Amino acid sequence: MSGRRSGGARLLASPSALIGLAGIAAIVLLAALAPLLPLSDPLAQQPYGTLAGPSLASWLGTDNQGRDVLSRVIFGAQTSLLISLVSIGLAMVLGTLLGVVAGYYRGYAEVAIMRVADSLMAFPSLILGVAIMAILGSGTEKVILCLTIVMTPRFVRIAYGSAMAVRVKEYIEAAQAVSAPFHRILAVHIVPNIFSEILVVAILWIGTAIQVEASLSFIGIGVSPPTPTWGNMIKSGLDYLPIAPWMALAPSAAIFLTIVFFNLVGDSIRDVVDPRHYG
Amino acid sequence: MLELIIRRTLNVIPICLVVFTIVFCLMRIAPGDPATAMLGDYASAEAVQSLRQEMGLDRPLWSQYLDSLRGLLHGDLGRSLSSGAPVSDQIASALPETLALAASSLAIGLLLGVPLGIVTAVRRGRPVDHAGRLFSLSGLSIPSFVLGILLMLLFAIDVPIFPAIGGGRSGDLSDQLLHLALPSLTLGLIMMAYVTRVMRTSMLNVLQEDYIRTARSKGIGELRVVLRHALPNCLVPLVSLCAINVIVLISSSVMVEIIFSRPGLGRLLISAMRQRDYVSLQSVLVVYAGIVILVNMTADLLYGVVNPRIRSR
Repeated sequence: MSGRRSGGARLLASPSALIGLAGIAAIVLLAALAPLLPLSDPLAQQPYGTLAGPSLASWLGTDNQGRDVLSRVIFGAQTSLLISLVSIGLAMVLGTLLGVVAGYYRGYAEVAIMRVADSLMAFPSLILGVAIMAILGSGTEKVILCLTIVMTPRFVRIAYGSAMAVRVKEYIEAAQAVSAPFHRILAVHIVPNIFSEILVVAILWIGTAIQVEASLSFIGIGVSPPTPTWGNMIKSGLDYLPIAPWMALAPSAAIFLTIVFFNLVGDSIRDVVDPRHYG
Repeated sequence: MLELIIRRTLNVIPICLVVFTIVFCLMRIAPGDPATAMLGDYASAEAVQSLRQEMGLDRPLWSQYLDSLRGLLHGDLGRSLSSGAPVSDQIASALPETLALAASSLAIGLLLGVPLGIVTAVRRGRPVDHAGRLFSLSGLSIPSFVLGILLMLLFAIDVPIFPAIGGGRSGDLSDQLLHLALPSLTLGLIMMAYVTRVMRTSMLNVLQEDYIRTARSKGIGELRVVLRHALPNCLVPLVSLCAINVIVLISSSVMVEIIFSRPGLGRLLISAMRQRDYVSLQSVLVVYAGIVILVNMTADLLYGVVNPRIRSR
């Protein structure tokens, strides 16, 4: 019954997908419109208003330097979303390309690409991230580069598997028979056939990217303060946990909800693409 | 079985070699000179030069690489640049802490997650199923350090049942277990979320199989159908899930060890990184990768145990 409807329609019929999409839209809008909202400056310190609890003036309280926590959470969303979305996007493009080349050409390309990808995947993502940041040093663009390196091998694996499955199909043989160039086979025949699978994992891995970014900032090797990120806010909140729990709890809730929303959407898309999965 | 073990071991050797090479290269392109890092910024050029010579840093890269590899194979990981202690000693004292944390979290995850997964599958669509799904969605979405902070706030600060930080007095097992409680609960609850979800999915799949219908039609009780006929067939996905998630656990243990100040590998990793102690950092990275490779290999072998059809391949 539901099989006759298009994937998009089935997605929109699922309540969990709708909740996820609405949540993501709200967070993205808040982050994008942050400078226009009536928020106090996330960097403005108030020496006389430190560690104030939630009130009408500052809904989520203030931190140890008197900065407004709500404003920092919303501005922190900008950094966290920017880093995760850009690095997942870059890793998706790079990983797909490398994986398809390895799966399609086989031979030396396959051995070289897959050995390096498998070896990089032998490191848990956060630990590889820490090692790379140790070399790169902190900063927004460096975190993006680091996350791209961490996430790319995962896309290589997926794209490689899919490309191996697709390359023996008749339509690829037909394209080869009329000597279609590789970039055409890639763009017209391979990528469209493996795209949905890659998109699903990309959406599910946005959550992982947000977690790793927050962890790096938490450790103190990600985006440098005073730029607010959820990770460095939680870090500074940890020292004041007994007396000002809102400092750590507000950004924690923001990370948690953002990942929940992305997981809801990712799971729903996976259910539509692969109905064998029970949500 | 022995042949399988040998074949899998031979398979991982090239991976181990590439992993080691990657780590070696990463450490060599890292900014800062280990000798300067060790002596401090104000050391004289001669002192730095003589230490570089002593550490073998003036020799060609390939010779340093071979030396490092030889040292690793002999269990000699060099001396820490910050403390001067042998790195193998540091790792030997930190590794059990991390493994204890990972093992206890895995145990909590499996002991609670498997029953919850079965119940939510059998009671599909009922309130307990909805609650279970909400729980696993939350567990999959909460970063370990966020959950760790919540548990610390609840059970160490608001209601001080458990100690907040530290690894416990050495030699005092009950104190160490008490200190392990919150960290392992943090990772255990996250693990439980993964286990519940996979168990529910694979149980739902298995419950639709013909042999389950046959078993039911023979009048076998539902409990027996689920435990004797369905459960063993759910184990293959569970094994692969455990392998993936032990790796997630090891990764998350870094954060949990930082929050709860546990003297494990994660703390060693971060302090080595902060102090630019590349000798320790290189070894810790190799140990982490070694654990992952070992876990994957064990999972491959376990597949054969839980599913005899895979063994023959």
